[in-house]
Amino acid sequence: MSLTSDPPVDPSAGPPTDPSAGPSAPPPADRCAAKGAGAGSETLTIVPARHPWRWAAIAATAVLLAQFLNGLITNPGWEWDVFARFFTAPTILKAVWVTLQLTVYGTVLGFALGIVLAFMRLSESRFLRAVAHGYIWAFRSIPLIVQLLFWFNLAYLYEELTFGIPFGPGFFAFDTMNLVGATSAAVLGLALHQAAYAAEIVRGGVLAVDRGQSEAAAALGIPRLRQLRRIVLPQAMRSILPNAANEIISLFKGTSIVSVMAIGELFYQVQVVYGRNGRVVPLLMVATVWYILLTTVLSVLQHYVERHYAKGAVR
Amino acid sequence: MSAPSDAMVEIRSVHKKFGSLEVLRGIDLAVRPGEVTVVIGPSGSGKSTLLRTINHLEKVDRGWISVDGTLVGYRRDGDKLYELREREVLRQRTKIGFVFQNFHLFPHLTVLENIIEAPVSALGRPRKAAVAAAEKLLERVGLLDKAAAYPAQLSGGQQQRVAIARALALEPRLLLFDEPTSALDPELVGEVLDVIKDLARGGTTMIVVTHEIGFAREVADTVVFMDEGRVVEQGPPADVLDHPVQERTRAFLSKVL
Ligand SMILES: Nc1ncnc2c1ncn2[C@@H]1O[C@H](COP(=O)(O)OP(=O)(O)O)[C@@H](O)[C@H]1O
Ligand SMILES: [Mg+2]
Repeated sequence: MSLTSDPPVDPSAGPPTDPSAGPSAPPPADRCAAKGAGAGSETLTIVPARHPWRWAAIAATAVLLAQFLNGLITNPGWEWDVFARFFTAPTILKAVWVTLQLTVYGTVLGFALGIVLAFMRLSESRFLRAVAHGYIWAFRSIPLIVQLLFWFNLAYLYEELTFGIPFGPGFFAFDTMNLVGATSAAVLGLALHQAAYAAEIVRGGVLAVDRGQSEAAAALGIPRLRQLRRIVLPQAMRSILPNAANEIISLFKGTSIVSVMAIGELFYQVQVVYGRNGRVVPLLMVATVWYILLTTVLSVLQHYVERHYAKGAVR
Repeated sequence: MSAPSDAMVEIRSVHKKFGSLEVLRGIDLAVRPGEVTVVIGPSGSGKSTLLRTINHLEKVDRGWISVDGTLVGYRRDGDKLYELREREVLRQRTKIGFVFQNFHLFPHLTVLENIIEAPVSALGRPRKAAVAAAEKLLERVGLLDKAAAYPAQLSGGQQQRVAIARALALEPRLLLFDEPTSALDPELVGEVLDVIKDLARGGTTMIVVTHEIGFAREVADTVVFMDEGRVVEQGPPADVLDHPVQERTRAFLSKVL
């Protein structure tokens, strides 16, 4: 690369006469056109800048990618036949279904509670704000796995759950081990954890909506709930959605943590199978490909939902 | 506090503080039905705050405001004023139209949806009737062909005309305008002022905060000059704008004219 062959063109040298340019230096093309002299052509050809380093990077990346793909296909360690056998095996499909259920319940309950917490944090009552804040602080501080194990062992903490007047006589009593079975303990744990994050996402989305919007709605006498549902939340959705999609996807993959509770979700089931047949790598691939596949479906859904809420936005 | 029966808006001794900043320091004002009152004054003198107290977007600290013979935001019992609940305040606001400087149209709703939202959800009008009324209003502001457009597809002047139609859709007894043309490019100011003038000729009671002195001279029945949270001078435009008595009014006018 030569630094000396071309005279440097100073972009700040705007005026028509450029004292630094020697008599032999050709005038920059734009000035030529401005004068309407010289080339005498109205249509000057544009030559795009060249990017030699970009081509080098592309070549290097392509080589690495080819090597990787080659390894995937030719290395017998991947055992693609085992992969194919187990990918759609009934036990695995059932486990995928459990994973999806955990994700859906965790998301729905988590965001439902999250929305309540978000509006508590936005409320004018200091007490409600403090409670919501405390909840979010606590559940963001506790690692999910620790929390899940707590729920799983709830029976040791409270042997009976009693429904009745607070601090007063009870009407119904449940054996906690029956009430909080392993799966509901998992859903509960995921949802409570998710709610803390969902609350902050929803609150951020609501705060991102111009205050003038709810003010205009209030000035028109639109009822409070309707203001939220029809005016504020649809606009908040625009900034809520990308973050919510991130959360749902990470919850979806996070369900694998539930395997510590011996629940038959995807990751647990895969571990069971390779524990039996010793084919670790192809079975991990089974789980991986399912996770990738379903995350892709979620991303596509995200695209369409975001497009729906982009109504009226002009970029 | 017997409101004179001929006042559409009565403002009595209204005080308002933001923290330690006294924004309104005892405002008294009366607006008769069908009259146009134009409020002028330097930036920060409390014009927006005053307008916002009239539909209870801001609470007053002292004093009271009545519109069409009804106290705004409060219920009187003996010598006490009880604050109304939000739902009752919202119902009062349907009788008072408010047009904002920055339009505040709902960007995710079409022009038509913007206009029918309040009649349907606040007044419980049937959708069909609301649409028919909205189309009439759009025709009146010259934007019937934009019914299906989204606000971002309109010019500022068109957006403000939609905002006016949206306020009119509730058939309010009173219209409040807070600098309706201040956010507009100069060439778009005229189309919005024309709509407001048309409403004025139609006999709508209005309070308009504006810096458009020419508009004030043409349309106003009363011009009110505010400074530092007080009404400094008020009267017919010919008096206040052309022969101001107060020194502060004169100083302000010499700057904006
Ligand atoms: N919500 C608020 N909180 C604190 N100060 C405010 C608020 N609204 C207005 N103010 C202040 O009150 C004063 C009067 O404001 P405003 O009524 O908007 O004046 P104007 O409309 O005449 O320019 C200004 O100094 C402004 O900064
Ligand atoms: Mg103002």
